[in-house]
Amino acid sequence: MNSELMFFILAGMILIFSVMTVTTRRILRAAVYLLFVLISTAGLYFMLNYNFLAAVQLTVYAGGIVVLIIFSILLTSHISERAVVAGWKQNLLSALSVVAGAALTLITMFNYTFTASSEPASGSSVKDVGTALVSYGDNGFALPFEVISILLLAAMIGAIIVARREKLKIEEKEIRREN
Amino acid sequence: MTGTIPLMYFLVISTLMFFIGIYGFLTRRNLITMLMSIELILNSVNINFVAFNKYLYPQHLSGHFFSLIVIAVAAAEAAVAIAIIINIYRNFKSIDVDKVDQMRY
Repeated sequence: MNSELMFFILAGMILIFSVMTVTTRRILRAAVYLLFVLISTAGLYFMLNYNFLAAVQLTVYAGGIVVLIIFSILLTSHISERAVVAGWKQNLLSALSVVAGAALTLITMFNYTFTASSEPASGSSVKDVGTALVSYGDNGFALPFEVISILLLAAMIGAIIVARREKLKIEEKEIRREN
Repeated sequence: MTGTIPLMYFLVISTLMFFIGIYGFLTRRNLITMLMSIELILNSVNINFVAFNKYLYPQHLSGHFFSLIVIAVAAAEAAVAIAIIINIYRNFKSIDVDKVDQMRY
């Protein structure tokens, strides 16, 4: 009973705040509502007993990505700037297609019977997760771990290069002027 | 702790969240709010992976690690996207998708 109540609170928060994220006119508020959605999702992970994943969700998503988004909002727009919204025609058409898509997915889902497995759950403590991340073989995830680290390195270098292009151009102009 | 909650509840939540994200992606005209809608979509997919892992294959951790990797990819994607958005803002003085109509400037 208690866990059900907790689930409905988290689910309600997720749905309400995700609707507010996509409908509010103020961009900074949308970022804060997104933060609430991500924190409630971490609560769902805690309920499923995946503690490490919930901690990662809190630190990387709620702590990292939201701060990055807020920084970029402050760099590119005024603090109380109102978002431009699409015309009513586009709003209506998107709402219709979204409702149709959601209805189709839900109908398909309810017509399929998922049979829950009764096997004992494997441990999901931080120790088990860490062992699986660096081992290879049947239950090891060493290869995706290495691939993701290279991807992160490449993304960081790429982001730096993309963001500092302007500076290089100014230097080029100055060199040309000197010549 | 999830003894009384059926799997379907999690799937309904993640479906609704996914389509709310798509609605935001279709109607928003600001690059940063579109990025936020994409984060919503990725997050709903993560809930799906984790719920399937817990209910259908509790003896493995595959879904758990898949969503861990999705979170890492989302972080990388957000970093690159924000670098691109800041560069667009420098060149066009706006991040409105209707005003950014030239790939070359």
